[in-house]
Amino acid sequence: MVRWNRLAGVLSPLVAVAAAFLVGGLVVLAIGESPIRIYAILFRGAFGSVDGVGHVLFNACPLIFAGLAVAFAFRAGLFNIGGEGQLYIGSFVCAWAGLALVGVPAWIAIPLLILAAAAGGGLWASIPGVLKARFGVHEVINTIMMNFIAIGLTSYLVINVFKEAGQMTPQTVEITAGQLPRLAGPLRAIGIPLPLANPLNASILIALAAIWLAWFILYRTTFGYEVRAVGLNPQAAENAGINVRRTIVLAMVVSGAFAGLVATNEIMGFRHRFLDNFSSGLGFMGIAVALLGKNTPVGVLFAALLFGVLNTGALEVDVFTDVPRELILVLQAVTIILVVVGNEVLARKLRAREARVALEAAGEAS
Amino acid sequence: MFELVVLDSALRMATPLIFAALGGIFSERSGVINIALEGILLTGAFASVVVTYYTGDPWAGAFAGVFAGMLISLIHAIVSIVFRADQIVSGVAINLLAMGATQFLTWIIWGSSANSPPVQGMAHWGLPESWGAIARGVNAVIGHYPPLVYIALASVVVAQVVLFRTPFGLRLRATGEHPEAVDTLGVSVVRMRFSGVLLSGALAGLGGAFLALNTHQFVKNMSAGRGYIALAAMIFGKWNPIGALGACLLFGYAEAVQMGLQGRDVPTQFVQMIPYVLTMVALVGVIGRARPPAAIGKPY
Repeated sequence: MVRWNRLAGVLSPLVAVAAAFLVGGLVVLAIGESPIRIYAILFRGAFGSVDGVGHVLFNACPLIFAGLAVAFAFRAGLFNIGGEGQLYIGSFVCAWAGLALVGVPAWIAIPLLILAAAAGGGLWASIPGVLKARFGVHEVINTIMMNFIAIGLTSYLVINVFKEAGQMTPQTVEITAGQLPRLAGPLRAIGIPLPLANPLNASILIALAAIWLAWFILYRTTFGYEVRAVGLNPQAAENAGINVRRTIVLAMVVSGAFAGLVATNEIMGFRHRFLDNFSSGLGFMGIAVALLGKNTPVGVLFAALLFGVLNTGALEVDVFTDVPRELILVLQAVTIILVVVGNEVLARKLRAREARVALEAAGEAS
Repeated sequence: MFELVVLDSALRMATPLIFAALGGIFSERSGVINIALEGILLTGAFASVVVTYYTGDPWAGAFAGVFAGMLISLIHAIVSIVFRADQIVSGVAINLLAMGATQFLTWIIWGSSANSPPVQGMAHWGLPESWGAIARGVNAVIGHYPPLVYIALASVVVAQVVLFRTPFGLRLRATGEHPEAVDTLGVSVVRMRFSGVLLSGALAGLGGAFLALNTHQFVKNMSAGRGYIALAAMIFGKWNPIGALGACLLFGYAEAVQMGLQGRDVPTQFVQMIPYVLTMVALVGVIGRARPPAAIGKPY
């Protein structure tokens, strides 16, 4: 029974993805292109070269953090739509710390900047957490509102306080402290010919560590058990002596911290500056990643990789065909709608099956 | 700050918010959360420009906006009412779909993923000039705004009456508060919720049409968070049309002031934040608790 559940849990997102590709193919067909050719170009762009694979990992990296943020909160029964705001605040605090630590050696600066990023995101997420725990206000609206507040606040700070003097671009000066190394150098040393221009950097290692950490917290700590218990049934958790309010606030903090870690890729690994409005919806894509990954850490990894493949391949499709890269936005949206519906249908089937099995068992017993 | 020109643009800014907020009210009063307002606005804007582009008639465009809004909200209705999936997830997915599909189709139709060519806006209402001074006087008053501004204001009154003075409104509100009771009395919960969601699609679609026709073109992501501001206005107005109107005017005013301040040495970002901060304050209950319908978000 359990094995069947697990198999179905893995299969349903795969079916949804396949179906989305089918819908995408029909769309491509409708505009007079060959779906097979388009998909071939898409996957060639992603997997046809070491450079492509490097870009897949680079694109997946922030989505892993953003996806973990949504998935972790979800396990506590919280819908954190505020990943976007949390990653902005986390990135800004990270950049700020980097600017303050000029000249500090990397082995001190890097851990401090990572902590700053997590703390910034966590602190921002704690506000809707407290409002939910203390006043019972639903976190969805508050996290949406705080996205806009975070974007406005960081925009103000960058443009009015931290902007590089004499430059038009609304961004800070280059942050020299705590830069994460790019991976092209070390990979070439061991014989993997990743071009030096490839933006893949050590943040992907932090992302993998974060996946392990999320798994460890959820399944190997008391706090993780409490998070899952509150997510499954807050009333029962309360009766079992779990401090539900405290768990809600802490789960939001951990969730926000994951979102804040997007800064390790965007600020520490890639841009080395805080650029106004840099994210363009990473936090929202995190929701999609978490849903597709069924809110488990490993699921998030695979979903983020899939989106990384799509984002990388889309550029190739854009350049070499008459199909615009926006096709992948359609693919992603259709995938999510199908996953959502698929999950519901599957859950209902499973419930019906369980009921039938229980009924048969009762019949045999009497 | 209270110059006439600011108040004037405040009303124009408020118009798409009013349509979308009214839409949100119908959906949420029936018990279905509608995060998808953002995507519906965008879809409405896109459809209205496409149809105006091909027919040359902005009124046909407006109807297309309504129709497209209903069509995309139908997805939300089917996913969240028939399949009983999470309403917030469905809304988020629809926003993604609207964003992707409109950009994709903009590219297919006009070969640019950024914006459409300019289209005709709506002619302002008015009497023929040949009718003399009275006509000119009337025109000076009602010819001042695009027709959809007046339709938005009228919709508020209609929505208020429908919600609180008709059997349909009573049933809709009851469905959002206590669907079991409604079901027991022989009223179809599914039908009421479909009505609420489709009405919200029609209204928000019209809001999107205004947004695009007022700018005379479609620009990618032109809803720019207005769906979320409308959601905020709905909450701030405590799920009442008249209250939401007040909130929309306030938020539209904030947007107008912020635009007026642009280029001067004032941090406009803080003016921009006002709607969001006020909404959070309203939810916590500092200025009178905003209470959502009791059964909201729960599939039936």
